[in-house]
Amino acid sequence: MQIHQYDTVIVGAGGAGMRAAIESTQRSRTAVLTKLYPTRSHTGAAQGGMCAALANVEEDNWEWHTFDTVKGGDYLVDQDAAEIMCKEAIDAVLDLEKMGLPFSRTEQGRIDQRRFGGHSRNHGEAPVRRSCYAADRTGHMILQTLFQNCVKHGVEFFNEFYVLDLLLNEGKTAGVVAYELATGEIHVFQAKSVVFASGGTGKFFKVSSNAHTLTGDGQALVYRRGLPLEDMEFFQFHPTGIWRMGILLTEGARGEGGILRNKDGERFMERYAPVMKDLASRDVCSRAIYTEIREGRGCGPDGDHVYLDLTHLPPEQLDAKLPDITEFARTYLGIEPYTDPIPIQPTAHYAMGGIPTNVEGEVLRNNTDVVPGLYAAGEVACVSVHGANRLGTNSLLDINVFGRRAGIAAADFANANEFVELPENPEEKVQALVDGLRESTGTESVGQIRKELQETMDANAMVYRTGATLKQAVEDIAALKERYKNVSIQDKGFRYNTDLLEAVELGNLLDLAEVLAVSALAREESRGGHYREDFPTRDDVKFMQHTMAYQEVAADGSTSIRLDYKPVVTTRYQPMERKY
Amino acid sequence: MSTPTVEHSAALDAVEAGGTQLITVTFRIRRFNPEEHPEPVWVDYQLVMDPKERVLDALNKIKWEQDGTLTYRRSCAHGICGSDAMRINGRNRLACKTLIKDVNPEKPITIEAIKGLTVLKDLVVDMDPFFQAYKDVMPFLITKGNDPTRERLQSAEDRERFDDTTKCILCAACTSSCPVFWNDGQYFGPAAIVNAHRFIFDSRDEGAEQRLEILNDREGVWRCRTTFNCSEACPRGIEVTKAIQEVKRALVTRRF
Repeated sequence: MQIHQYDTVIVGAGGAGMRAAIESTQRSRTAVLTKLYPTRSHTGAAQGGMCAALANVEEDNWEWHTFDTVKGGDYLVDQDAAEIMCKEAIDAVLDLEKMGLPFSRTEQGRIDQRRFGGHSRNHGEAPVRRSCYAADRTGHMILQTLFQNCVKHGVEFFNEFYVLDLLLNEGKTAGVVAYELATGEIHVFQAKSVVFASGGTGKFFKVSSNAHTLTGDGQALVYRRGLPLEDMEFFQFHPTGIWRMGILLTEGARGEGGILRNKDGERFMERYAPVMKDLASRDVCSRAIYTEIREGRGCGPDGDHVYLDLTHLPPEQLDAKLPDITEFARTYLGIEPYTDPIPIQPTAHYAMGGIPTNVEGEVLRNNTDVVPGLYAAGEVACVSVHGANRLGTNSLLDINVFGRRAGIAAADFANANEFVELPENPEEKVQALVDGLRESTGTESVGQIRKELQETMDANAMVYRTGATLKQAVEDIAALKERYKNVSIQDKGFRYNTDLLEAVELGNLLDLAEVLAVSALAREESRGGHYREDFPTRDDVKFMQHTMAYQEVAADGSTSIRLDYKPVVTTRYQPMERKY
Repeated sequence: MSTPTVEHSAALDAVEAGGTQLITVTFRIRRFNPEEHPEPVWVDYQLVMDPKERVLDALNKIKWEQDGTLTYRRSCAHGICGSDAMRINGRNRLACKTLIKDVNPEKPITIEAIKGLTVLKDLVVDMDPFFQAYKDVMPFLITKGNDPTRERLQSAEDRERFDDTTKCILCAACTSSCPVFWNDGQYFGPAAIVNAHRFIFDSRDEGAEQRLEILNDREGVWRCRTTFNCSEACPRGIEVTKAIQEVKRALVTRRF
């Protein structure tokens, strides 16, 4: 076991983690612990753009952007946070450009902007060009640009270090415990401040746009330390995943003029969203697609998908604006998007919920109090700027605005405070976890349990939910958690033991899936990405509040989930009926 | 406005028909675990799979159903994170961007680690020398004077000038396919030069002279023998050799 000491430790090296690191490295001695090499993070998969009211191509302002964000989130957004995000969006984009990000340009040489789902002019009047982009690889460019600037500033990375525990001492942040993949060695990092930026948890669904590595590690370990998780029932299903595979095809495709069609060739979104049509928010489009499929208008022999039609767009436009996704259609489906429509279905995409924070990125331990020295930003966190449904492009914005804020705040905290003493035997819990898995002689396999978890989540907790399906999910997950106690791995070694880490990650997915299902079962209404067929309307009287889920540990060691609720911050927009 | 019917090509019909014939495929993988055995060994795995699945799907199937000790890096599974470059039938590819049907599944499909970087376990290599070469070319925008208040202006043509090399995902498929790199671990390798190119030809950048001096080193661009292995290996379709030639020309003409 090794012990290290840094002022600030950042967990994760995707967009939020690297944006935080660029700030904190210049202010405090910082280490970035990441389970992947930095450029492997899933920020790189984001395609369509990052919205900011630059008004480079048409009239726009940050207040309209705020309204769209609040409405997109079905009024569960904390409006003070959304105002900050949309106001700071403009500088966030300009900062990236100055760092070197190669945005696509207008004829005048300014950053070009295009339409995106749910983004409108003047409070829903018509679609607006707000998304700043670099072809259809904006996330890739952001990730590369942030990594380049980390190199420039000499950010210290610990690559392939898996953070498996958070150390608190009398409620204050003391550090983290990490497992080094190369050697199997355990490292304790004592730190004055810790920033979690470890990303999402979308791998508990089968059809998912998420990387294999998105297993909710940060959320799970914070939760097991008794801290709450907010709004975990709100999970976004992106309308256009490649049929069966789930690979993301950007909403930018519809921003460029792409159309969703059913088996009759009908542009069905006209019926569901007369103004925004194919550019309605993602939850609206995903439900519309499933409604078409359920009512027998789906495509193919099994009627289980619809089409994303780009065939009316000029090939030059596809080549210039959507080169990567057209390539995906060719590579993975063997079809030509110039002439063939692309079979698509909704794909699990983004966790709106996560570790609750305030607008400085400080982690909450209940509805009002923070954990001193602990921060979170990006998909792992819930500020909450996305509410019940995130607008397209707002995740790239979130990681830049709140990653920056968390990095600055964490460094400032470290400079103003002393180290908190490490608890006794700080590595104990992680040592027990990895020894237990390495020595287990159980009969259950990681692959099988994960497969069954993904199957029950897809069947019971996806776009359409009911009390009955969610109860089924809760039961199935409980049974899988029992079986997980009897899981064993084949690789007993210390060197690059990815078998062991996959088992750890599965444990995280199981805990978080349970939180999702239990939170969703309790929310007897429909709002944003959470749609209950047995409660099809929004209920602002009972549920205009955030869910806060806590793990309770009984005397015998058994665990249960306690749900509490937190008020939504409303500033200027009162809830209205949501139409697109 | 509705279009009455959607036209179908044979390719689309084939995709939607599904029900593909599953085939039996043999994967012949070069395994290496110094904790157990000092030398690498080839191990065969038989799988029944849909040939339209990815090679990465096959590796996952082996790991999850047959042999959990098989070790490789992977993340996004659709060709944008750069984790899973490996030699498949002797050629560098991303496992997640290679379909089984495209690598002749009638015969055993061979899988081994990329060359020129130390193999640490199975398909996992030491990436640190690769990233060090990248860092050595100063892969970040260098500017002089004060930043403008708004964005720097750049014409669409100037932006297009270096578009190709912005696609790089640092997977090392190019560098580890280069015979010069195999024989001389000091050579920067194609990926580092690609990333230098991305800035040298960016109209906003003012650090080209510094970067060119670094690449003018004896281990720099002049070691390139123009074998085009790198261009063939690039899973992003970057014209790597062309980029290296452009850097060479810039060194001679000092025009970029």
